[in-house]
Amino acid sequence: MRIGIDVGGTNTDAVLMDGTTVVSSTKTPTTPNVTDGITTALRGVIDESGIDVSAIDGVMIGTTHFTNAVVERKHLTETACIRLGLPATVCLPPMVDWPDELRDVIGGHYYLAHGGHEFDGREISAFDENEIRGIAQQIADKGIKAVAISSVFSPVNTVFEEQAAAIVQDVIPDASLTLSSSIGRIGLLERENAAIMNACLRELAIRTIEGFKSALETMNIDAPFYMSQNDGTLMNADFAKEYPVLTFASGPTNSMRGAAFLSGLKDAIVVDVGGTTTDIGVLQHGFPRVAALAVDIGGVRTNFRMPDTYSIGLGGGSIISTDPLQVGPQSVGYELTTKGRIFGGDVLTTTDIIVASGKEDIADQSKVADVAADLIAGVEDAIEEMVNIAVDRMKTSATPVPVIVVGGGSILIQRDVAGSSEMVKPDHYPVANAIGAAIAQVGGECDRIFSLAEMNRDEALEQAKAEASEKAVAAGADASSVEIVEVEEVPLAYLPGNATRIMVKAVGNLKEG
Amino acid sequence: MLHEVGLDDIRPIAIGAGILGTGGGGNPYLGSLQLRNEIARRGPQKIINPMHLDDDTRIVIVGGIGAPTVSIEKLSEGTEMLRAMRRLEAHLGYPFDAVAIAEIGGSNSMHPMIAGLQAGLPTIDSDGMGRAFPEIQMSSFLFDGAVFAAPLAMVDAGDNAIVIPQAATNIWAERMARNIAVSMGARAGLAGFVMTGAQLKATGIHYTLTLAHRLGLRVIRAQRDRDDVPQVAAEMLSGRVVFRGKISDVERRTTKGFARGTVTVQSFVGDDELRIDFQNEFLIAYHNGSVVATVPDLICIVTDETGEPVSTEMLRYGVRVAVLTVPAPQKLKTEAALRFVGPRAFGYDVAFRPLPGESIGIEPPTLELQTNQ
Repeated sequence: MRIGIDVGGTNTDAVLMDGTTVVSSTKTPTTPNVTDGITTALRGVIDESGIDVSAIDGVMIGTTHFTNAVVERKHLTETACIRLGLPATVCLPPMVDWPDELRDVIGGHYYLAHGGHEFDGREISAFDENEIRGIAQQIADKGIKAVAISSVFSPVNTVFEEQAAAIVQDVIPDASLTLSSSIGRIGLLERENAAIMNACLRELAIRTIEGFKSALETMNIDAPFYMSQNDGTLMNADFAKEYPVLTFASGPTNSMRGAAFLSGLKDAIVVDVGGTTTDIGVLQHGFPRVAALAVDIGGVRTNFRMPDTYSIGLGGGSIISTDPLQVGPQSVGYELTTKGRIFGGDVLTTTDIIVASGKEDIADQSKVADVAADLIAGVEDAIEEMVNIAVDRMKTSATPVPVIVVGGGSILIQRDVAGSSEMVKPDHYPVANAIGAAIAQVGGECDRIFSLAEMNRDEALEQAKAEASEKAVAAGADASSVEIVEVEEVPLAYLPGNATRIMVKAVGNLKEG
Repeated sequence: MLHEVGLDDIRPIAIGAGILGTGGGGNPYLGSLQLRNEIARRGPQKIINPMHLDDDTRIVIVGGIGAPTVSIEKLSEGTEMLRAMRRLEAHLGYPFDAVAIAEIGGSNSMHPMIAGLQAGLPTIDSDGMGRAFPEIQMSSFLFDGAVFAAPLAMVDAGDNAIVIPQAATNIWAERMARNIAVSMGARAGLAGFVMTGAQLKATGIHYTLTLAHRLGLRVIRAQRDRDDVPQVAAEMLSGRVVFRGKISDVERRTTKGFARGTVTVQSFVGDDELRIDFQNEFLIAYHNGSVVATVPDLICIVTDETGEPVSTEMLRYGVRVAVLTVPAPQKLKTEAALRFVGPRAFGYDVAFRPLPGESIGIEPPTLELQTNQ
C-alpha cells in the first residue's frame, strides 16, 4: 500500500491507496511548520483504515511549498551567483530579467569571472583560480552560504563549474552549492535562473524535508519516501534536498493526473479549486498538456518541462469585499476554519457564501443567515464568470469538452462551465492532488555521449530511447505505458568522431501490484 | 509609422521580428532585454522614414553574425556593434549619420537600435531582407551591384577586431567573415554595407520595423482576445497556416558557423508530417514529402496556442506549433535576387514557386491600430 500526500498552501491532503483503490483519505489544514499538518494527515488515513504501518510500501509527497516560497518571496536564503564567461555575457548579468523585489530578497549578489567555453569546446578565457578564490572570499565576508555557479556552455563541458565549486567549498566549507550544469540545458539565462532559485531554496528544503521525515518517524513509518517532480515522476527525498527546484509545478501535475485517474477521462479540462487559487489545466491523452518554451515561476524565466496551467485568485478561502463587490485574490488560506464566518470567525469568504446559499451544509449555517440574497447572487455570478473566462482561455477550440472539478474548494463550482460537454466531480475529488502523488510515475533517463562515426543518428537516438525506456521499466513502470517525454541533443564539436550528447527521458505509470 | 522606439514598443517588436525571423536572426528575447537596458538608460531611440533620407546621408548596417544556438549561451559583451562601427569609421576616415537594419528578423532587429543609442545616431526603418537569412550576400542592398558588403569590420566579445577592406564579391565577403566568426566562437558583431541615402532608398526593404511592431501588437491583441493567434498573424502577413502539430524530432549540428538541421512536426491527428530544413533560418518545408514552400518565401514557426515565435535554437521535442508560410517581399523575388536567395542558392534543386500576395516592404497603411495603442 502507498500513501500519497499533497502539502498545499492551504490544506494538507493524504490518501492511502491499495493498488488503484482509495482505502482512506483525509484533508487537514497546512500548519506553519508543515510537519504537524503532515502528522495529522498521516494519522487520519492510518487510523481510518486501521492498517498496520508495516503494510506501507512507500510515501509520496507532492508540495507547492518551494514554488510558493519563490512566488511569495518568503523563506528564501541570501544567495550569490558566480558566472564564468568573461569577457562575454557582461550586458546581461545574472538575474537581469528577475522582478526587482525577488532579486532584492535574495540580495542580488553576482560576480562575473573568466572562464566559460566556446561551442566547440575551446575556452573563452582561461580559468583563473585566484579570481575565483577572491570572489569566494568576498562571498564569505558577506556571510553568504548559498552559491549558484554557472559557466558558458557548461552542458557541453562541466569542468569549470566543478573547479569553481571546489574552490568555493574550500573557502566556505559549509557553503551549499548549485551547479547550473546539474539542473538545466543549453540557454545560459534560463539554466542560471534555475540554479539560483535552487540555491536560495536549499535551506528551506533541508528544513522542510527533515520535517517530513520526522513526521514519518513520529508515525513509525519506515517505508521509502519520495517527492514528486515537475514532470510527474518521483525523486528520493535526499535528492530533493539538493534539488528543490525540481519540485516546481509538481502540484498541478499531480492534481491533473489524479483527476484523470479518478474520472477515467483522458481528454478534458481540469479545474482544481484550492483554498487560495484555482488552477486550470488540460488533459491530453491522459497527460497534462505541457507548456511550450519558457515558463515563468514567480516572474522568473526557466526552461523546465512543465504543465501548461492558468491560475486565478479564486479559492475556498477567498475573501469577499463589498462596495465594489470583489472575490479574492486575498484569501484567509489555511486559516479558513478559524477565520471563516461559518467557523465562528469574522471574515466573509466564498465558502461562507456557498453555505449561505443553502447549496452546501458545512459547519454552522446559522452564522451566515444574515447574508443578503443579492450579495449571494452577486458572488455566485462573479465566480461563474471568473471560471468561465479562465476555462475558455485554456481551450484550443470551441468544441465542448468535459470539465473535471477537483480540489478542496470544489463546492464553489455549482454551475456548469460554459463550453463544457459534461461536468464531472469524481469520488475523492477533494484529494485528487494526493492521489496524483500516490500514483506518480517513474522515469528512466539516458544521458551519454554517442559517437556518430560509429552509428548514424537514428540508431543512436533509438538506442538512447530504448535505454531510457528500459530504465523506466526497471524502476517499476508498466512497459505499455512508457512514453518518451524529452529528447535533447548537444553536439560536442570538440570531441573527435562527430560526438553528440543525447539526453532522453522516458516516463511510465507504476505497475500495479 | 514608427517615429521612436520606447520601452513599451520593445515587446511588440520582439514578437513581430521573431515571427519575421523565420527561425533565425538571433534570439529576440535576449536582444530585447539589452535594448530595454539601453532605452532605460538613454531614452527612446529615434526612427526615421527611409524615404525622408537625404541622398547623401552616410549609412552603415550592423548585425550579429554566427549561429543562433550559440547566442543563447555565449551572451553579448554589449558593445560589439558599436565597436565594429567605430572600427569601420576609423578605416574609412569619416563618421556615419544613421544606422540601417541588416535583417529585421530576430535580435538583429534590436542591434541597430542598441548601436544607434550607444552612438547617438538614429535608426532607419528599412532592412535588407524583410526576414532573416543566414549569409551576407543575401541582402537586397547588394543585389543591383552598387553597394558592397566590404569594407566591413567585425569584433568579438573581447579584444579581437578585424577590418576586411575589400572582397572580390559579396560571396567572398561572406566566406571570409564566416571563417572569422567561427574563430570568434560562432558569434561576432559586424558593421559594413556602407551606402548613401539614395542607395538605401533604391535597395532597402522599407518600413519593416514598423511592420514588426504592428505584427507584434496584433499578436498581443489576439492573445488577449483569445483569437486563433497563428491565423491572425498569417492574415496580417498575407500568408497562411499550413500545418499544426507537435515537434517529433529535431536534428541539429553547428557546422561552419551555422546552426543547421531538420525539424519534423507530426500532426495532432492522423499521420501527416511536415519536415523543415534549416540553416539558421527555415529554408524549405515538405508536407508528407512534397515541397510546400521554399526560400525566399518565409516559413515561420509559432507556438500553437499563443502564436509566439519559435526560433531554431528553441525547437524542442514535444512543443506544439503552427507553421506559417508568408510571401517574400518583391525585392527578393527578382531574377538578380533569386540567384542569391532562391532555393538553388541553398543547394535545393527545386524551382521557386512564389506564394501569392505581398505584405513586407510596402508602405504601411495608416491604421486604426495606432489610435488604439
